[in-house]
Amino acid sequence: MNVIALAIGGFAGTLFRYWLSEVIPPLGSGFPLGILIINLLGCFALGLLFTATPGRWRIPPQVRLGLGTGVMGAFTTFSTFSVQSAALLRSGHAATAGLYIALSVGGGLALAFAGVRLGRGLRTQGEGAP
Amino acid sequence: MIWLIGLSGVAGTLTRFYAGKWINSRMSSSFPWGTWAINLSGSLLLGILFGLHDAGRLAEGVWLAVGTGFCGAYTTFSTFGYETVQLVTGGQPGRAALYVVTSVVLGLAAAGLGLACF
Repeated sequence: MNVIALAIGGFAGTLFRYWLSEVIPPLGSGFPLGILIINLLGCFALGLLFTATPGRWRIPPQVRLGLGTGVMGAFTTFSTFSVQSAALLRSGHAATAGLYIALSVGGGLALAFAGVRLGRGLRTQGEGAP
Repeated sequence: MIWLIGLSGVAGTLTRFYAGKWINSRMSSSFPWGTWAINLSGSLLLGILFGLHDAGRLAEGVWLAVGTGFCGAYTTFSTFGYETVQLVTGGQPGRAALYVVTSVVLGLAAAGLGLACF
């Protein structure tokens, strides 16, 4: 069951990333806006999902795995982030690379924290409900 | 083409899950060695592919399938963020900082090394 959930989730997450990264064009100096938005969205969503379930939203463990490790895992990407940063540095766009790395890491961690906090809040509410 | 990218993404996702589990089972530590090793190896592989593609030595279909599909789904940024939060909230901020700094710096170095191959 795990394999099927991961396969469906990985398929959807990969294509969602491909589609969004094609739809969002890079900014002027080659700043990779699409992958930045994808990684930030995914950090928030995974923090929320993994914290709010199964305490608040009672979903089967396979669905949680498929959505989290499958969809969000495949939607976000570390290799593209690294390679884009390295390519920007190599082509002499050090400031753009620095901004991209700072926003990805700083923003990603802040949003992962925010997702976990919101998930905890929802879980506490859920436990307090009759 | 869409199917090829999606199915390569499935392969990347399954490799990440099972390789990550296998690596973590061999390491008796709270440090997320699985995702760490996956993100670094994926950055190296994508760097090599990007260099080849940039030099016109890699077909567009192979780039999209193996690069965008496999490497993109094999590596993950959301789990990297979530594991860091877990280390911090679990009272291991030093380990969290080490995880973030080594992932970013070595990921960049691995990608640069891959790019420099071609």
